[in-house]
Amino acid sequence: MKRAVPAFWLIVLLTVPLWLQDQYILHILITTGIFIIAAMSLNLLLGYTGQLSLGHVAFFGIGAYASALTTLGFDIDLFGLRVVHQPWPAIVGLFVGMVAAGISGYVIGRLSFKVRGAYFVIVTISFAEVTRLVALNWVELTQGPLALTNIPPYTLGFPGLGEYTLWNKIAYYYLVVAVGLVGYLVIGRLVGSRIGRAMIALKENETLASSVGIDVTRYLVLAAVVSAAMAGAAGSLYAHYLKIIDPDIFLFIYTVTMVIMVITGGKGTLAGPIVGGIIFGFLPVILRPFAAPAVQWILYGGLMIAIVFVLPQGIVPALERWLASWAASTRKPASAMVGGNSKSRDGQ
Amino acid sequence: MMPARDAPAEVVLSIEHVAVHFGGLVALSDLNFTVGNGEIVGLIGPNGAGKTTAFNVFTGFLKPTTGEVRYRKTLLNGLKPHEIAGLGLVRTFQRTSIFANNTVFENVLIGLHRRGRSGLWDTLLALPREKVAEGELADEAREILRVVGLERRAAEVAGTLPYGEQRLLGIALALAAQPSMLLLDEPVSGMNPSETAKVMKLVEAIRASGVTILLVEHDMPMVMQVSDRIVVLNYGRIIAEGPPAAIQKNPDVIRAYLGEGKKRA
Repeated sequence: MKRAVPAFWLIVLLTVPLWLQDQYILHILITTGIFIIAAMSLNLLLGYTGQLSLGHVAFFGIGAYASALTTLGFDIDLFGLRVVHQPWPAIVGLFVGMVAAGISGYVIGRLSFKVRGAYFVIVTISFAEVTRLVALNWVELTQGPLALTNIPPYTLGFPGLGEYTLWNKIAYYYLVVAVGLVGYLVIGRLVGSRIGRAMIALKENETLASSVGIDVTRYLVLAAVVSAAMAGAAGSLYAHYLKIIDPDIFLFIYTVTMVIMVITGGKGTLAGPIVGGIIFGFLPVILRPFAAPAVQWILYGGLMIAIVFVLPQGIVPALERWLASWAASTRKPASAMVGGNSKSRDGQ
Repeated sequence: MMPARDAPAEVVLSIEHVAVHFGGLVALSDLNFTVGNGEIVGLIGPNGAGKTTAFNVFTGFLKPTTGEVRYRKTLLNGLKPHEIAGLGLVRTFQRTSIFANNTVFENVLIGLHRRGRSGLWDTLLALPREKVAEGELADEAREILRVVGLERRAAEVAGTLPYGEQRLLGIALALAAQPSMLLLDEPVSGMNPSETAKVMKLVEAIRASGVTILLVEHDMPMVMQVSDRIVVLNYGRIIAEGPPAAIQKNPDVIRAYLGEGKKRA
């Protein structure tokens, strides 16, 4: 039973393109999936180490730009030095994007974890704004507001079998699912381990954590690097799927979207960002036939407030509690739920 | 102020000329004392005498204005709390400090962090040795819970335990960090007599396992009975030091406690 539920969802996830014919819905699924990956990465920081990074979109955007530029190539003048980069395959761009985002995650981690709470929030917001301004003004590299266009799709090479280029939506759908699954497993492994316990300890009581020998900075920086690299991967997917990115990718609203997905779904739970992401990714699509755009936003905000108000811990923890009490009332022996990450153990 | 020392065991913790000033307030002034290997030393004094400040200095949570703290020859000045814990000098807290939202068992597993070896790649790749290491940690956690008498509470959420058991869990957390010396900050405060007796037995058992103990406590009968030696602080300085019997007769100590010390002791 405990294995059946994830298996069921996995089958649903993998068969979607077989029974879903609507290309528009598939497109929404792909972009929502990309944002769910970003939200999952934010959840590692926000839900498990308790740090509110309101500049998370910076890692997403850095991943997107680094990946796009690796793939497109560039020819710039850097302090009198001509730097030329010939285009590389897009799949290399994905890794460069992850590494670039991971490095910026490391730097931000080292810098900001000296400052906590509100100061950390401000540092992360500023960081995202600075990256946006760089993308906007370094026209030679990023083409500024003219955007990077014609970003080529990924090409997967299979030795002996030739190459496969991801041209259509179905291929991208599976790529997003694959990256999402890897991200889910990575976070699941981490939070269910000694490393995850150290992170949770820091969130719950930092003083006590350090008193038993947990290196606070080390685990916060580790979480920041993993989280940033994962957001960078999502950014790369975004760039190569849409084939165009501009500096608006760094807008604050995208961070807010990720935070909403995490908080409403349930921060500190593995499934939280997915549930929150599906709801808020599809809400505009569902509302579109009924409501004018302005009304959509009002309903969007209203629903968010309602969820936070009624289920302050998020949807997933509320469902878990409800299921547990339902199991108890039907006199079945309730399985001991240890923490919020019980899913990590049956996911493997 | 006369440091009357018995047969000197090997000194593990040495405090030399430690002073802490908060602006104009002198919280600790020229603190000098040592703790020998395997000793139980009680650090007592009226409220505000500087006992918890001293603990914060020894464990890296507070930087001394002047002076040096050494643990087994290592200078602790400038080390971070987790580094000091890494040397085996582990503390508990005056206020109840546990991970209240986690289960008792998870609390001890978190405390066993230093004991664990699994790194990032072991974890991500789900290597077999990570599973083995996790199994060993779980065994150790159960053993520690047995030692402090909380084994039946393992699956309960720590924040829901009665107060006395939360305090015991705080000690279990510190024990999980593999101390070679334990600093206990008021371990029996707010406990009833039977709980206090339990903790006293536990303290003895911890010492018997080879751990040196420095104890801050207001419960005079407890501290006098359990300690080999007492250091008395008042207004940030040491006013007396010696075996419990001598301390109870010391006029300076009695004056510091406004005569109460004699009656209660």
